Amino acid sequence: MAETLPVQLKAALVQWVMQWLPTGAEPWVSALVSAGAILALFGLLFGVVTVLERKGLARMQNRYGPNRVGLPLSSLRLAGFGQFLADGIKALTKEDVVPRGADRVVHALAPVVMVVPAVLALSVLPMGRHLVAVDFEAGLLFFFAVGSATELAVFMAGWSSRNKYSLLGAMRGIAQMLSYEVPLVLAVVPVVMAAGSLSLVRIVEAQGAGAGGWMGWYVATPWGLAGFLLFLAAALAEANRSPFDLPEGESEIVAGYFIEYSGFKFALFFLGEYLGLFAALGLAVTLFLGGWQAPLAGLGWVPSWIWFFGKLFLLVAVAIWIRGSWPRLRVDQLLGLAWKFMVPLALVNLGVAVLWRFAPEGLLRWLVCGGVWVLAYVALARGLAGARGLGPRVYHWAE
Amino acid sequence: MWQEARWVGRDCGPRDAHAAVGVPRYRERLGLQTQRRQVGEVGWICARPLLWCGGMLGEGLVQGLLTTARNFVGSYVSDERLVTIQYPEERRRLPEAARSFPFLVYDGDDPVAGLRCVACKICEAECPPQCIYIVKDKTKKPDHTGKLQNQPLIFDIDVSVCMSCGICAEVCPFDAIKMDVAYELSTHDRFEGLLWHKEQLSKPNSYFHKIHPTEAAEADARLAEQRARVQGRSGETLPGMRGAGEVGTVGGPGTRG
Repeated sequence: MAETLPVQLKAALVQWVMQWLPTGAEPWVSALVSAGAILALFGLLFGVVTVLERKGLARMQNRYGPNRVGLPLSSLRLAGFGQFLADGIKALTKEDVVPRGADRVVHALAPVVMVVPAVLALSVLPMGRHLVAVDFEAGLLFFFAVGSATELAVFMAGWSSRNKYSLLGAMRGIAQMLSYEVPLVLAVVPVVMAAGSLSLVRIVEAQGAGAGGWMGWYVATPWGLAGFLLFLAAALAEANRSPFDLPEGESEIVAGYFIEYSGFKFALFFLGEYLGLFAALGLAVTLFLGGWQAPLAGLGWVPSWIWFFGKLFLLVAVAIWIRGSWPRLRVDQLLGLAWKFMVPLALVNLGVAVLWRFAPEGLLRWLVCGGVWVLAYVALARGLAGARGLGPRVYHWAE
Repeated sequence: MWQEARWVGRDCGPRDAHAAVGVPRYRERLGLQTQRRQVGEVGWICARPLLWCGGMLGEGLVQGLLTTARNFVGSYVSDERLVTIQYPEERRRLPEAARSFPFLVYDGDDPVAGLRCVACKICEAECPPQCIYIVKDKTKKPDHTGKLQNQPLIFDIDVSVCMSCGICAEVCPFDAIKMDVAYELSTHDRFEGLLWHKEQLSKPNSYFHKIHPTEAAEADARLAEQRARVQGRSGETLPGMRGAGEVGTVGGPGTRG
């Protein structure tokens, strides 16, 4: 019952709407209901996550975080979880300032262009056993193709604002997103090789429980774990999340490409960033953490969509945790990390995946594959550090 | 020289390319011991196996994550970590030296009969921004020693002008005007609402004891001494005598011996 609850709800809604419409309209209604559901669900998730993020960051700094605003027009406080409603109302009622020199059309289009690809990317993610809005044969390809449109939005915003900080932020953003797309896609290739399909539904099904009832998630293999970590880092960079948030580095270029945005347009950028993060992390769940699959075959009675959203929340928590812990990178460090460290590691990982595929099963396979990867990691890190003359800090005057 | 010094820095050990020339000489002049490796010496780290040599593998990142995790969990476990005071529900304990605006002290329960102020107008004259306005009453009333004294008919303080200097409290010879600690004083009317009259300004001695215990005890002792002197002179208790000790709080004449 709970397993198919979302599907039944949708069917009932479509049936109810179809009372007044001709039968030919049913695919349209169905698609619209799916799109509406994704928008509403992830919009709500966005609101809740902004509050969770502020509370989590506050707790990491020994503060309370937002705990005042509750349900509007009532005295219910809900531990501060009404904050996003207040923020939304504030964003809606604020003045929309457009610079005099700005390209008004592009300036107004950029926030929309930011949100649309994120929603499109979310539509191909299987969120439950029967819960995928669009099941493409090449869903993964569609995801990356659509995700690249975010770069367009960033540059539209930066260029149309006619502001040097905007443009600098946009150029940083483009350089970062283009650079990290390479390790992002390379980290995914072993998954495609293992599953033998580009369809996200098929990839999740391939990660079902094995013979022993233990999970068959790709993260439980050496190449899967490595790929997952690489993917996570690249996904954070793609979503402009800390520690890769230098396109909007407040201390250097004020707010980067959305410095000239205010009111609801700014809120749309904010929404787009978070939807992009959800999409990227949702893809990480789908590819490496088994999507909607339960960790054990015995836990199959829990509805599959709960597993997906639970894992998604877990990764969002990790992203918040990272934001609270690590400092922002410098531009040269950022690009160096992508091209000199992550791309070679992703290529090595590709080799490890092939090794894993053709090596006989057993402990030795684990040791060899894991060893190759660890060796590559250490050699790369040490080699890069050595080449830059980096090492433990030595103080000449204070001993 | 540069090339060689640079070579020293190539391993993960201490690197001081700049120190190679100038720094040792400077340190010798300072009398400091120079512990610098020779140019070309093999770094200590590279002599060890690659895996066990410290740093550069992301341990710092993990340490950072652990620190924030410790704070995150700790903030739920112990309330002492949370320094925030949730203001309208909680209030910080003010230090005893805190002061905001002046108020008038009265002994006993009657704010009119017990008012210590004798309308001498010293505070009015001393007030630097001249925010105090006093008009004497025609009728007199007995003070705490029983002696007939003037009393204020009007005693106004314009707190929009007051600068909280506390000079009025310092100069008052009757311990009648003291500094308050109240700070939630916003009002909708910035003219009448900020002009405080005698009725608003009068507060009991027990309140003074609550906000500034030490200072109140000193004032009570002074007043008790005055009463004792009057008693000694007249040899009997005057009928109208009213003591600060009647308030029954700490530091009254009884406890102060």
